[in-house]
Amino acid sequence: MITIENVHKYYGTVEVLNDINITIDDGDIYGLIGRSGAGKSTLLRCINGLEKFQSGTVVIDGVSIHALQHNGLRELRKNIGMIFQGFSLIERKTVYENIVIPLECWNIPKAEQEERIQKLLKIVGLESKRDQKARDLSGGQKQRVAIARAMVLNPKILLCDEATSALDPKTTDEILELLLQLNKEYGITIIMVTHQMAVIHRMCNKMSILENGHCMVSGDVKEVFLEQPQALQNLVGTLECNLPETGINIEVLITDEAVGQAFHSTLSLALKKPYKLINSNLTHYREGVLSAFVINVSEDLQKDFLEYFHANNLNYKLIERV
Amino acid sequence: MVSYSWEVIIFKIIFPSMGVTLLMVLCAAVLSSFFGFCLSVSLFLFGKDGLSPNEKYYTALNVVVSFIRSFPFIILAISILPLTRFITGSVIGWQSAVFPLTVAATPFMGRIFENCFKEVSKDLIDAARSFGATHFQIIFKILIPAILPSMVNGGVLSVIQILGLTTIAGTLGAGGIGASALIYGYQSFNDKIMYTLVIVMFVLVLAIQLSGDYIYKRIK
Repeated sequence: MITIENVHKYYGTVEVLNDINITIDDGDIYGLIGRSGAGKSTLLRCINGLEKFQSGTVVIDGVSIHALQHNGLRELRKNIGMIFQGFSLIERKTVYENIVIPLECWNIPKAEQEERIQKLLKIVGLESKRDQKARDLSGGQKQRVAIARAMVLNPKILLCDEATSALDPKTTDEILELLLQLNKEYGITIIMVTHQMAVIHRMCNKMSILENGHCMVSGDVKEVFLEQPQALQNLVGTLECNLPETGINIEVLITDEAVGQAFHSTLSLALKKPYKLINSNLTHYREGVLSAFVINVSEDLQKDFLEYFHANNLNYKLIERV
Repeated sequence: MVSYSWEVIIFKIIFPSMGVTLLMVLCAAVLSSFFGFCLSVSLFLFGKDGLSPNEKYYTALNVVVSFIRSFPFIILAISILPLTRFITGSVIGWQSAVFPLTVAATPFMGRIFENCFKEVSKDLIDAARSFGATHFQIIFKILIPAILPSMVNGGVLSVIQILGLTTIAGTLGAGGIGASALIYGYQSFNDKIMYTLVIVMFVLVLAIQLSGDYIYKRIK
């Protein structure tokens, strides 16, 4: 388990992390999302001690990294793999030579090196590229090598710093699938820094939204999207500008896939009252689906609709025009 | 003007002076590569984005490097003559010239290697730190393998620089191609020897450059 408590970090006089409190359980895929400069990467780097912070604590499996000296920090990092946006490979070295470096640094016997690398190459799907130079690989393949290198010491935690930002959508999909597989098969905790909401949807069970060094929201991904806090709206934008000028606008959020699919027809049949469907959106999460509908009703019908939503236990809120 | 046959020029002048020059270049290149490498590692370690940033040490090293590089070689060689005599026991001969050549080439080599280190992406260093590599391992297992081709290119540049400096050392009693060009060519008004030695220098430069290019291509 990773516990981040009251972490403050400054660059000179600029506070880049302000009182961050986050708890990440074993096996979580935790998303850190925010705009550029929000402090996501800095926070991620505080977890494995690449960045020092001025106050607060980061405790990993009962060990406070603040108290660790050089060797202790090295030992801790053995259990925390990290991948980067730019892959960070030695381009003139082969896939094998890149992956073997951490094992050599930790004096793992040759036979075991071979065994571990062979196994990882199979997992990341690069068995046939073993002796190919890194510079001759595609972006996706390079990131697979980086993942294999990060996993070769059998870490319990994997930190991903914008790991898919430089990749095209299809390759991003493949890399995310690989990370999910690693999480499922090895129970590895993954912490992902991203600015791509789709990555959070697809991968994470928990998330935090960072804004100017502050952690604005933390919690289950589904709950955060159901609650639609201001920080999330700041990040993904709002619909208000496209709303009709007359009537009342209601947003309905449904987590049950079947209910979401039948929402439109059920509502028409149940109430038999006119409304306009302004927007509908279906988002696939790691643990389900979230359907979001925005409807526009006349003011005299507002009460009927709200009563219906309330009676059917549907999550709704009124949206005001700006 | 004394007229020499080609046989005398080649076997009595060019070959012996080429041998002396190559010995000076070889010794000075090996020594300055070693010291230059140590210097570059120190500069990189203590630099702002280095592994152990230390402004005081970096500034001190930086000043020393810039101070030595600001000397024209002939002034440097003359000003350190007592030190040369103390270390080599003489100020005459190619062995004595190796010392000032090394002193002059080390900061140059150090700066070139330091720039190679600076080329490395910060993420690669962070990746190495993230799997628990020590500073020593980061330098020898990550950085040097990553920058080796650039180091070879820089090394070639430095060796050619040393070759040029040996001709100046020749005028201070070191012997070699510079001394022969001065004594048998310039001072004897013998253009034949003078320009033959220029061609020899050109061939040497070309040979060093082509060898460097070959190694660069092999290891890239």
